[in-house]
Amino acid sequence: MSILDAKIPEGTLEQKWTKFRSSVPLVNPANKRNLEVIVVGSGLAGASAAASLAELGYKVKVFCFQDSPRRAHSIAAQGGINAAKNYQNDGDSVYRLFYDTIKGGDYRSREANVYRLAEVSSGIIDQCVAQGVPFAREYGGMLSNRSFGGTQVQRTFYAAGQTGQQLLLGAYSALERQIGMGAVKMYSRHEMLETVTIDGKCRGIIARDLTTGKLERHFGHAVLLCTGGYGNVFYLSTNAMGSNVTAAWKAHKKGAHFANPCFTQIHPTCIPVSGDHQSKLTLMSESLRNDGRIWVPKKAGDTRKPIDIPEEERDYYLERRYPAFGNLVPRDVASRAAKERCDAGFGVGNSKMAVYLDFAFNMDRYGHIEASKKGLDNPDAHTIRELGKGVVKEKYGNLFDMYQQITGENPYETPMRIYPAVHYTMGGLWVDYNLMTTVPGLYALGEANFSDHGANRLGASALMQGLADGYFVIPYTIGSYLSKEISTKSIDTNHEAFSEAEKAVQEKLNKFLAIKGTKSVDYFHKKLGKIMWDECGMARTEAGLKKSIDDVRALQKEFWSDVIVPGSADEFNPELEKAGRVIDFLELGELMCIDALDRNESCGGHFREEFQTEEGEALRDDEKYAYVAAWEFKAQNQFELHKEELKYENIKIAQRSYK
Amino acid sequence: MSGNMNLTLKVWRQKNKNAEGKLVNYQVKDISPDMSFLEMIDVLNEQLIVKGDEPIAFDHDCREGICGMCSLYINGRPHGPKDRITTCQLHMRSFEDGQTITIEPWRAASFPIVKDLAVDRSAFDRIIASGGYVSVNTGNAQDANSLPIGKEDADLSFAAAACIGCGACVAACKNASAMLFVSAKVSQLALLPQGQPERYLRVHNMVAKMDEEGFGNCTNTGACEAECPKGISLSNIARMNRDFFVAGIASDN
Ligand SMILES: Cc1cc2nc3c(=O)[nH]c(=O)nc-3n(C[C@H](O)[C@H](O)[C@H](O)COP(=O)(O)OP(=O)(O)OC[C@H]3O[C@@H](n4cnc5c(N)ncnc54)[C@H](O)[C@@H]3O)c2cc1C
Ligand code: SF4
Ligand code: FES
Repeated sequence: MSILDAKIPEGTLEQKWTKFRSSVPLVNPANKRNLEVIVVGSGLAGASAAASLAELGYKVKVFCFQDSPRRAHSIAAQGGINAAKNYQNDGDSVYRLFYDTIKGGDYRSREANVYRLAEVSSGIIDQCVAQGVPFAREYGGMLSNRSFGGTQVQRTFYAAGQTGQQLLLGAYSALERQIGMGAVKMYSRHEMLETVTIDGKCRGIIARDLTTGKLERHFGHAVLLCTGGYGNVFYLSTNAMGSNVTAAWKAHKKGAHFANPCFTQIHPTCIPVSGDHQSKLTLMSESLRNDGRIWVPKKAGDTRKPIDIPEEERDYYLERRYPAFGNLVPRDVASRAAKERCDAGFGVGNSKMAVYLDFAFNMDRYGHIEASKKGLDNPDAHTIRELGKGVVKEKYGNLFDMYQQITGENPYETPMRIYPAVHYTMGGLWVDYNLMTTVPGLYALGEANFSDHGANRLGASALMQGLADGYFVIPYTIGSYLSKEISTKSIDTNHEAFSEAEKAVQEKLNKFLAIKGTKSVDYFHKKLGKIMWDECGMARTEAGLKKSIDDVRALQKEFWSDVIVPGSADEFNPELEKAGRVIDFLELGELMCIDALDRNESCGGHFREEFQTEEGEALRDDEKYAYVAAWEFKAQNQFELHKEELKYENIKIAQRSYK
Repeated sequence: MSGNMNLTLKVWRQKNKNAEGKLVNYQVKDISPDMSFLEMIDVLNEQLIVKGDEPIAFDHDCREGICGMCSLYINGRPHGPKDRITTCQLHMRSFEDGQTITIEPWRAASFPIVKDLAVDRSAFDRIIASGGYVSVNTGNAQDANSLPIGKEDADLSFAAAACIGCGACVAACKNASAMLFVSAKVSQLALLPQGQPERYLRVHNMVAKMDEEGFGNCTNTGACEAECPKGISLSNIARMNRDFFVAGIASDN
């Protein structure tokens, strides 16, 4: 086991980034023109990085598997993006955002990175507004804010329930501008299937043109993986159908350590599973918890309609257990509390695996305010409710419509039914302060890296991190590597390292097609998802994890002997794409269980039943586990643990309390 | 959970861009009304795959109406029989047991078929690359609140920005015009102070690119607005036409 060097700059917390920026070696404009950078992924992280690097003068190639860079999964983010602007004058600051993020992450992230994130957050909002991102505004023309879980200030910027779309369209427009100017070459419907290493440095990728099936070789002086999270290892998640771990996993197998793979975020407010046919789960944004109150009946097995259950017979369990934060506790806490109530028999709906998210109280509160604005004397209850509905519609209309579309129920009339679902992965490729992985020249940005969120991410912080990485971090940190590469000429892709990598990819594709077994790729994906959800989901145990490692390995074997993939490799073949992604999930799933088993503590989203306080809260073990677990791939089914000790020099590490 | 609907599907199958395509009949059984339309196709595909047949190719990703990737022409309407939703938001409760459903790809010369139901919409990206942005490099921006924007303009701009780039407007239009899509982007930026410096140049370049990509003319039939899942308003086209007119005068000088 070795010690990992995070390359954290010297100086006080407040000085580190400023000093770094002022002293990092620069690349002069003439040399930039000769340096080629490959960006895999066009989500917030990838699009912002690619546009910013091209603006600086680098030659950039961008890859995404969708038909357009604008469709990256970032588009689906609903609720908002944090920034320490303190526009509301409610006591926010860079330090407070930093502190909330470290605490929210249950003290499992790196201080220096998180502080930098908080520092650059403000510039992100400025940049996006300048691009024309239509954030929500007040009547006076100023930007509007709302609250998200785990904080007591209003620092979340939003664009109705489609913040991700608006931010991504901003980054995409910046990217398209560079494409139009010839500074970026875009490869849509292309999937990266291998990294290429030459003399210990990452020098390019093998990509498959998904329309024709042709394999292509691409050289880069540096490669940036901005390929998103791996929540779909659980099959059902709020992620888009195509979200996958393949790029990160291929890099892992070529030497990049994978950090904290078991840190998964289960989001408390999603539409519950309705049947076996289900292909994905839909998030109901956390912002709804600003105005929705969560409850279950006080009586187990109560089958009355929610509106028939009187106030005194409802258990607003989050408000009861966590009076200081109430419905706005962080996600891990809210999810576990929902599971606890449902497991104890208080769940609602047909499956009894759901709780209510009820807007009636706040609709009436808003209704009263509106009525008094309009000067209505003694408005009746109906008028008040209608006025309140209008306010709620303005804030969350598209989410309410989405809910009604999926469930067939009208959430303006009856509370939403919600249940936790897999949403985000804090784990990912290990990176140092420069966002470089353990392979020189290979970087990871956005959700694909193990990130700044420790063991639990706060709402509205992923968009912030993705854009921070892309707009404001990588343009500086990449200089410290590329400044030493100015005399490296472009490497011809006939180089044997490229040929070998391409050959390996081709052989694997052929192998999938040759098995001609009896079970579809989805069969394996669903089976894996069930193992992961049952044993490596919201609650984990030593015995369960041990069993699941065996189960996942058995499933890998079954895959290689019995999968069926129709069609051929030289055409558009979505089943073949899926096969590659699912086998990578099968390998990752094993590592996630191994990691969860190694971490004999509970922290954030990682809850080991053996380690909890008397009140059922996560019980950390800071003596033994205040480290980042970075796994090295040794051979198939063999991983070695490396640790990065986490040192807290500015924050006093404490048990997390939201009471 | 299986359900009780049995349906006949007529699905467009086409091997690739150059191959000839045709409608092929399939039967699906025990479909639940709670399934989404795409989940119903998943069920059919699963049946095809285990028989070793090629599944039906179609584009989709988010499955919640926001990425704009899904694109099916269902019983003669882009995104199916219900208004203001995308194909992936359509649920089987909107159909009846025993019904026949015809499923085709978007049809437009500028959207060539990739395979079966998947089409190539990269022309939209090229239109954006021709001017659908504000030219502001990273790091150039001033404080976000130094630019107050009235709520009304902000809301109108947002409404235009809600376009998901799905292309249903083009598929719905008998001329395969892309005016609604282009005008949505032009309007979003024209309504904001940030968009002013390049306002007329932008509309000029984007319209030129749209024509070059082979999209048809707008004859004001309004089919695009009726089929747009995001309710993008025809008034954006009017706004774009005004700006285009001004741009024309400006370039004549
Ligand atoms: C429903 C939902 C709502 C959310 N809401 C919020 C919110 O309100 N606030 C917030 O802060 N966060 C939110 N999140 C989280 C946030 O959206 C994501 O963490 C973030 O957008 C990830 O961005 P990214 O750029 O890292 O990756 P992505 O946006 O996932 O982009 C990945 C890119 O990589 C490409 N790619 C992947 N693999 C390959 C490959 N092998 N070859 C080629 N290309 C590849 C894809 O094509 C894509 O372009 C939400 C997440 C979900 C699921
Ligand atoms: S205008 Fe409407 S129909 Fe056309 S691309 Fe945009 S969202 Fe789709
Ligand atoms: S799949 Fe994303 S909009 Fe339909």
